Amino acid sequence: MTPDWISGLLGGALLGAASGLLLLGSGRIAGISGIAGGLIEDLMRGLPGGAAGRRLTAENALFLLGLLLAPALYFGLGGVKEIGVEADAPTLIVSGLLVGFGARLGSGCTSGHGVCGAARLSRRSLAAMGVFMGAAIATVALGRLV
Amino acid sequence: MRRLLSFATGLVFGLGLLISDMADPSRVLGFLDVLAIPEGGWDPTLIFVMAGAMSVSAAAWALARPRRAALFGGPMPGPARPRIDARLIGGSALFGVGWGLSGICPGAGLAALGVGGAPIALFLAAMVAGMALFALVERSLARGRASA
Repeated sequence: MTPDWISGLLGGALLGAASGLLLLGSGRIAGISGIAGGLIEDLMRGLPGGAAGRRLTAENALFLLGLLLAPALYFGLGGVKEIGVEADAPTLIVSGLLVGFGARLGSGCTSGHGVCGAARLSRRSLAAMGVFMGAAIATVALGRLV
Repeated sequence: MRRLLSFATGLVFGLGLLISDMADPSRVLGFLDVLAIPEGGWDPTLIFVMAGAMSVSAAAWALARPRRAALFGGPMPGPARPRIDARLIGGSALFGVGWGLSGICPGAGLAALGVGGAPIALFLAAMVAGMALFALVERSLARGRASA
């Protein structure tokens, strides 16, 4: 298998650029689980009052909208993409529940702890990254045996 | 400006996931599958993605450190909290198991919805439910503490 290291580095640089620009421009951490979870909690308790609360809700929704619309930009630029989902439906459900609950309990996921937190050498983020990478590698390894 | 920046950075973040191919769960699983190393089938791409992301992100943090306020208004994040607690470790472990089961993390799932169709939508619905469940548990624990 060819390691696609050029597109990996380029795509990675875009991830870093997006989170860096959000940090410098708005002072916010581009953690996807934090942004999505924050929006979900806003919707659950009824939209927050106050200009600051409403502004944050709108920003979270717009960030997620941009993320959802990224394939349109990618195909517009001439990209070609097919993705492979190997997991069956019950596995996808368990996986989604664990990812959603775990990322909120652990205050972040691959983006918040990985791209943002680890890059500022946050002890918490480095620890979180070690734990979730280890758990994910162990899960894949166990899956081979089943 | 902050709203426009939020939308634009979401878009670029998703583009990064698509260009690096990390929106594709099979590529992520190919990296996590370290037992494939002796067989020669291991996919190291995620390392390059993280290297690209961390170097640009670290440069942004270096620029951010002396700033008191964000360019378009609002405070900068405070210093990173140092305390590693059971919530951080337990939550990250649950997250890691979930991530290893499918190869999908929150950002990749959202960026892949327009490409991946029903399986991705199912994952995202469960992820939203997991986040909502967490919020409900948090709230009832907070109520319990308040009434105790």
